[in-house]
Amino acid sequence: MNIFIPTPLRQYAGKKDAVEVNATTVSEALKQLTSTHPDLKRHLYTDDGKLRAFVNVYLNDEDVRYLADKEQTRVNESDQLSIIPSIAGGRTEISKLGNFEIG
Amino acid sequence: MASSTLASTSTLSKEEILRYSRHLIMPEVGLDGQQKLKAARVLCIGTGGLGSPLALYLAAAGVGTLGLVDFDVVDFTNLQRQVIHFTSDVGRPKLESASEKIAAINPFVELRRFETKLTSENALDIFRDFDIVVDGTDNFPTRYLVNDACVLTGKPNVYGSIFRFEGQASVFGAPEGPCYRCLYPEPPPPGLVPSCAEGGVLGILPGLVGIIQATETIKLILGKGNPLVGRLLLVDALGMKFRELKLRKNPECPACGTHRTVTKLIDYQEFCGIRGEEAPVTVNVPEIQPEELKRRLDAKEDVFVLDVREPHEYQICNLNGYLIPLGDLPKRVNELDSSREIVVHCRSGVRSGKAVDFLRQAGFTKVKNLAGGILAWSDKVDPNVPKY
Repeated sequence: MNIFIPTPLRQYAGKKDAVEVNATTVSEALKQLTSTHPDLKRHLYTDDGKLRAFVNVYLNDEDVRYLADKEQTRVNESDQLSIIPSIAGGRTEISKLGNFEIG
Repeated sequence: MASSTLASTSTLSKEEILRYSRHLIMPEVGLDGQQKLKAARVLCIGTGGLGSPLALYLAAAGVGTLGLVDFDVVDFTNLQRQVIHFTSDVGRPKLESASEKIAAINPFVELRRFETKLTSENALDIFRDFDIVVDGTDNFPTRYLVNDACVLTGKPNVYGSIFRFEGQASVFGAPEGPCYRCLYPEPPPPGLVPSCAEGGVLGILPGLVGIIQATETIKLILGKGNPLVGRLLLVDALGMKFRELKLRKNPECPACGTHRTVTKLIDYQEFCGIRGEEAPVTVNVPEIQPEELKRRLDAKEDVFVLDVREPHEYQICNLNGYLIPLGDLPKRVNELDSSREIVVHCRSGVRSGKAVDFLRQAGFTKVKNLAGGILAWSDKVDPNVPKY
């Protein structure tokens, strides 16, 4: 199945917009993704292994948090997993608040 | 007789009827709808990329009262997408520039101007006199502030957000719908947001997303159609794909759930992990001033200039440095000679600060950060080097 990688995280996934994995559950798919692209792990998971609060994972159009089996939900080849992080942009001049002034 | 009957059933003037005739002749708007628009009071937070098209279209459509909140000043880098501001407005307050354009487009709009930063202290007061809030902000603290203030005051929050060529839009805070915190309970910690090397935005994208927000606002006012409540619209301008995800109202949501913990506005800077205005994320590394680097280069001293920006930035302007993007540095560090004196630079000095820190940890001792980056070089050494 395909995992859709959003623009802000592509730099940690070899600049790819989608990564193909072979998995039977959501959790297994994410595990495969982060083992192929270890840099992503820090961005998706907290130190104690929980999915970060500003990263949402959707199985097709459903938020995995609201599926009955959550990350243990079974997936098949035609499903699509999407990672949707929060983005703040709008008035995109570099923020005077400091958190985006990285460059 | 006929004209007095008309006058008594219409709150629109003859001029307004002419102006809005293409609305009035469609059944989804009609006279009723146009009067609803005229009676509506919409608050736009920000008059930047999203706020520009939003304010222009809402004004043109005949929204009766338009509030604008902005404290920024127009600069040249805004003009690529913030279409409410003109080249001649550079240096002027955005609020002043935006107000003039709105008045020119539609003098029937009543403008309420708030030349201030939206804060926990003023948000509830400002929101009170409006029916709908449209969020065109650019940072997480204000997003959470707008969300919480909307939930507390019971106003719908028309949300839009953009990054490079991707956007998101939704309508939060509707009585039965989710809020922004249902979607994202917490903001990302400052260190984990994408770097400005990955930043930037396609100029038309805020236009696209801002007009989606304007459309949703008009629909909410008219009470027509199917609003983006409980749906997150994803816009990919590069693939020109629109996707939709389901949003659920989170019963555990701290702002709008059954056991609410957000009962008043909080310190959103702190909530987002930002300490002060400057919030330096730089580590303490040895620096060199641009004038000093210039002197050493002119004296033909052995200084190796390392540029850690991205290749497309190098194309804009460069100091003839050796290019290794920050992200590639760990795997390309063997290309550098640790016995030579190295000066690292980027655009503003932040990425190069990280690079210097990394190189020092890798055993490089003669490595310095160019203070202020290529921007400072342009200011202090060579004004011919363009800033971006």
